[in-house]
Amino acid sequence: MAAALIGTRGDRRWVDASRRAAYALFGLMLICVIVIEHAFLTNDFSFSVVANHSSEATPVFYKITAMWSSQEGSLLLWAFLLSVVSTVSLRLTRNRLRDVVPWATAVMLGVAVFFTGLMLLGGGVNPFATLATVPVDGTGLNPLLQHPVMIIHPPMLYTGYVALTVPFAFAIGALVSRRIDAAWIRSTRGFALIAWTFLTFGIILGARWSYTELGWGGYWAWDPVENASLMPWLITTAYIHSIMVQEKRNMLKVWNASLIVSSFALALLGTFLVRSGVLQSIHAFGDSTVGPYFLGLIGVVVVGSTALIISRLDILRAPRKIDSLVSREAVFLINNLLLVALCAVVFWGTFFPLISELLTGTRSTLAAPWFDRYTTPLAVTLVLFTGIGPMLAWRRISWQGIRRVFAIPLVVAAATLVLMLIFTPAAESAWALAVFTLAAFTVSALFQETWRGAAARRESSGRSMAGSVWDLMSRNRRRYGGYIVHIGFVVLLVGVAASSSFEEKRDVELRPGQSATVGDYEVTYIRPTVDRNDQALIFGAILQVDRDGKQFTRLHPTRQYHQVTDGRTRSIETYFDGEATSEVGLKPGLRSDFWTSVEPNTRYIRRRARMADDRFRGLMVVLSRKVRRDPSAAPQVADFAADVMNRTTDKVLELYPQRNDTVTFRVIVSPLVSWIWTGAIIALLGSLFALWPTGLLGRVGARIGARLGDGSEPVAEPRPSAPGPSPEGPPVSAATGEES
Amino acid sequence: MDVQRKRQVRLFVALGLALVLATGLIYTSFNASSEARQPTELSQAVPGKNYEMTGKVIKGSIRKTKSGIAFKVSDRDGSGSLPVTYSGVVPDPFREGREIVLKGSVEDGVFVGDKDTLVTKCPSKFSEKKNQ
Repeated sequence: MAAALIGTRGDRRWVDASRRAAYALFGLMLICVIVIEHAFLTNDFSFSVVANHSSEATPVFYKITAMWSSQEGSLLLWAFLLSVVSTVSLRLTRNRLRDVVPWATAVMLGVAVFFTGLMLLGGGVNPFATLATVPVDGTGLNPLLQHPVMIIHPPMLYTGYVALTVPFAFAIGALVSRRIDAAWIRSTRGFALIAWTFLTFGIILGARWSYTELGWGGYWAWDPVENASLMPWLITTAYIHSIMVQEKRNMLKVWNASLIVSSFALALLGTFLVRSGVLQSIHAFGDSTVGPYFLGLIGVVVVGSTALIISRLDILRAPRKIDSLVSREAVFLINNLLLVALCAVVFWGTFFPLISELLTGTRSTLAAPWFDRYTTPLAVTLVLFTGIGPMLAWRRISWQGIRRVFAIPLVVAAATLVLMLIFTPAAESAWALAVFTLAAFTVSALFQETWRGAAARRESSGRSMAGSVWDLMSRNRRRYGGYIVHIGFVVLLVGVAASSSFEEKRDVELRPGQSATVGDYEVTYIRPTVDRNDQALIFGAILQVDRDGKQFTRLHPTRQYHQVTDGRTRSIETYFDGEATSEVGLKPGLRSDFWTSVEPNTRYIRRRARMADDRFRGLMVVLSRKVRRDPSAAPQVADFAADVMNRTTDKVLELYPQRNDTVTFRVIVSPLVSWIWTGAIIALLGSLFALWPTGLLGRVGARIGARLGDGSEPVAEPRPSAPGPSPEGPPVSAATGEES
Repeated sequence: MDVQRKRQVRLFVALGLALVLATGLIYTSFNASSEARQPTELSQAVPGKNYEMTGKVIKGSIRKTKSGIAFKVSDRDGSGSLPVTYSGVVPDPFREGREIVLKGSVEDGVFVGDKDTLVTKCPSKFSEKKNQ
């Protein structure tokens, strides 16, 4: 397949052939995915993937999704998603960018060849590998991953990573063919935005899973794998801002090219880190054999792209420079630098174990406080510039302009600061206070911007205010979608600042009837609970939470012990040898979350389980003798044994609620955590708002453009954007809000 | 000329800031980090110094104590035995025979883990088989 397109230069027929090769790849990958999914659904344990990641007892929903819990499956998913985005992007650009597309196609298919090649030839990661002896039942899916969030988290991140391939491929294409105007950016910025959206939600879902499913009560731990997804996110965020500068002002081309190359390289690094076991992480599922190949690809991408950028420096150099530090492009650049600095910090911290081993011979690691020390001030400054950026005009702004746009937000910020100091204990954390104040500044600035734009529109059109706001926003979706994303992001950061600075956490040991005080709340351990399902024993506790002497809520945190299903003789003890997962008891609230997890005391139950297992084994000896004498009785005996096992398990479990043992609880009162998820949802709506119609209309525009025979550059926006302000343009054009 | 000058100043300010950040990163990271050790290597540990210990939980050694848990760890290959005390959250996959990573320091021959720093590597049962 690759051969057909590497030779794609000039001749249109070759280009068409390569595009069709991409379509064909999509078809083939789809078949691969269907075959594997079919194997999962029909419990075909002759596939080693299925045998290792699924079992008869695995619920159907998780059978479908077990594919990407394996290394082979996740590589297949990567390749499949890549074939999807290449097909879509090539379809959309089939009549455009004639010079760039062939090279972009070659890059995308090259990456696809890498992934498919890896699966076929790389050490033992072929998803179609079969087992010589087919096991009766599979191992099952790791119960920690059996959570609805965990199902969509990996594909979301992967889609984000994969979508980055498109702008990367087109950037390379543009560089090679020396067509470095903004045309390729316009064609691929949708993909950059899609990548960003998916990455954002992949990361947030991971945080959410950590918060509700892991019994430690946090959502971010600066774990290498978390960092691996954050780094491309940071760079992609920088990229989608700086390409606006290139589009409007034709500047920062070297910068943009470097950003997209870095974000793609970091996306590959992210995929690699999760699977390599190079760094200690809770996510590193054992060592893997594909590491060296990935490092090779990353090396090729970085070295090749850097060489390419350097060789094209002559045409990339900007004809224009930044005129004033108080202009939108300057603020965008500062924001970019902050994001890149953040990424540098995360990168250094993540790879410090390797760096220190290289330099000093001993592997050393950095903990969360080190990360916080750097990321907090950088993130706070970022919030400030998020507010300033959109208010400034391109090029430069006059002093009157500054006074006009900053007056109200500054007053709001000052008022917030004063109110915070008087009414809340926020002064205890200077950084949190700074975030709250700057958040007020930024949000009021964004609202003021929208309001002014709408007011201007109302004057000219005479419509109602609400109508004008909608009209304004829907006519410039990319810009106002961006504003909504910014608001969501600010809300999210407020949640992060509040919950990390003012969290109250206690580990308490309680007997039934005892209580403990955490913050303003009193927690009482009412009684132990016990339950079981097909896969697990569930021990829990009923907690009553009181506030100001009144009942606030009742919570039921549990811990599930999953049985090891490896074909051994059944026994109750095997439940305690397997995985355990927590289900936290959570009362979410706008002001604060009340979070509890339980670590049941199972010592007594385990002792009784051992005794019961011994007796059961004795019974089995008698029964197997009986079967030997009369083989026809085997099914009957098996049923009988299963029934006895079942009843014994219930009997042993019944003992648990009768005990008065001390149980350990973790109780956390965490303010504004729900703002994190709310902010994320606002940001999601914002990016959908920005993406949806542009993409649709862009496609329609492309079709019309094609029909008119104007192949080179059809309209990609709802309406052609106003030409950038002329050199003598009005100093303040931001408030009229028409250009983006 | 003046504009040119201003640009140069800006460039130097930016580069200076980057340099400060980089120096800060490098300096603090060496100070704040904890060295990674296996249990047998910790026999000559500097008392009070922070380490990141990676070891395997020895079978049958886990006990509950007043303030948390106590257990023994060995090197990955099973050699050596180091007593450990720990308080804080015990991760879900924590079990005998599994590999753990814990930050802390050595006091009187006992590794005292920092609160809430226990990490249990995800069990290999679900992934090791295919990598043989």
